[in-house]
Amino acid sequence: MLTRRIIPCLDVRDGRVVKGVRFQGLRDAGDPTELAAKYEAEGADEVTLLDISATPQERATATDTVASVRRVLGIPLTVGGGVRRADDAARLLDAGADKVGLNTAAVLRPELLSECAERFGSQCIVVAIDAARGFGDPHRWEVRVRSGAERTPVDAVAWAARAEAMGAGEVLLTSWDRDGTRSGYDLSLTRAVASAVRIPVIASGGAAKPEDILAAFEAGADAVLAASIFHTGEFTVADVKGFLSGNGVEVRT
Amino acid sequence: MKTSPDQTEVFIVRTGSANLASVVAALTRLGMAPRVTEDPDVVLDAPAVVLPGVGAFGAAMTHLRRHGLDEAIRGRVRNNRSLLAICLGMQVLCESSEESPGVGGLGVIPTPVCRFSRSLRVPHMGWNRLLPPDGSSLVQPERMYFAHSFRLENVPGDWKVTTTEYGGMFASAVERGTLLACQFHPELSGNEGRALIGRWLSRAMERNVMPC
Repeated sequence: MLTRRIIPCLDVRDGRVVKGVRFQGLRDAGDPTELAAKYEAEGADEVTLLDISATPQERATATDTVASVRRVLGIPLTVGGGVRRADDAARLLDAGADKVGLNTAAVLRPELLSECAERFGSQCIVVAIDAARGFGDPHRWEVRVRSGAERTPVDAVAWAARAEAMGAGEVLLTSWDRDGTRSGYDLSLTRAVASAVRIPVIASGGAAKPEDILAAFEAGADAVLAASIFHTGEFTVADVKGFLSGNGVEVRT
Repeated sequence: MKTSPDQTEVFIVRTGSANLASVVAALTRLGMAPRVTEDPDVVLDAPAVVLPGVGAFGAAMTHLRRHGLDEAIRGRVRNNRSLLAICLGMQVLCESSEESPGVGGLGVIPTPVCRFSRSLRVPHMGWNRLLPPDGSSLVQPERMYFAHSFRLENVPGDWKVTTTEYGGMFASAVERGTLLACQFHPELSGNEGRALIGRWLSRAMERNVMPC
């Protein structure tokens, strides 16, 4: 049986892992290579690295970070952040990423997804969607771009379906409302997207405890992304998997 | 030969669009010094060859043919030289694929490659369990990492076939001698994957010092 996946996320800026609330107030959380190796040893199923560089110099550092994480990491590595064209994706794949996350650039020009899928294969193209409640409707979400700073009139559920049709092989679905708030995943968002697409969905944003992760799986997520819950050392990946396993969720142990 | 590989060298076939960093890193962690090649002579004769691959079936076949690597890989298999084929590398060894209709594969494994049912979440992405056949010494009943939308359904009996369940059983690995073809990614499957590559390498190196 295919197991549910736990994916620790490293937000990386200038060669260091950082963590903030709603992409603001960043604090240092450690060395990316050390953390990636530690999470693999704890039983992580994959690692995601989000490059949140603010400058071209920092962006160049991020490529080196990907290469150094790759050298130690024996499980899949997804890298996102700053991918504007297919050549950016190629650069990250060459540096050692197994999958590449596309966000703002794909919203602005959806053809980027098909260009990347044709060149590299759908299985390594992840559409990263930052979704915030919107349209004055509790069951609708709008897509945010540029690290959540900019609103768009795009419906997040419709965008996920379109991205699938354009060749995305997976959805990384981040609730902008919940990200960094430690109030649990946005389960209705997770449920809405998971039932709108037939590609795997990774829930992200808001995890504080193993119960939140269990709830995301019950809402239809195939995998979960979490950062601070692991960075703070409150729970290890193994703790979370033990809890899930005890609650009937099939995980790799 | 343009290059003279020594006994401890392992070569990775460049299959075009494939990202090779993970395979290179995995072999390096095993103490090897992997080299990437497009040279058909090296692919035919090197002691150990890895055929990786991500991307599309048609594009990979075009690339292999353009460089004469199709014949080199077939020749290698005919001569019972070791080969580790991964993911799309396994699929191109087959006869054809629904992914690229009309494109012939290498025909080493006499079966077509078909897409998973539309009723499933595809790609089949993540860790799933291997059910190796009796007498398989390379593949163990462990979980490995998969990321694919197409798979081999039936493989004729002279192959040792490992199966995995995803909306029915499919062939997740096939073996014959030192040819190991995996639908999963051993290079991304943590300690279990690392150990599998290690077992394949030791068998490959053993064969090189014995007449066969």
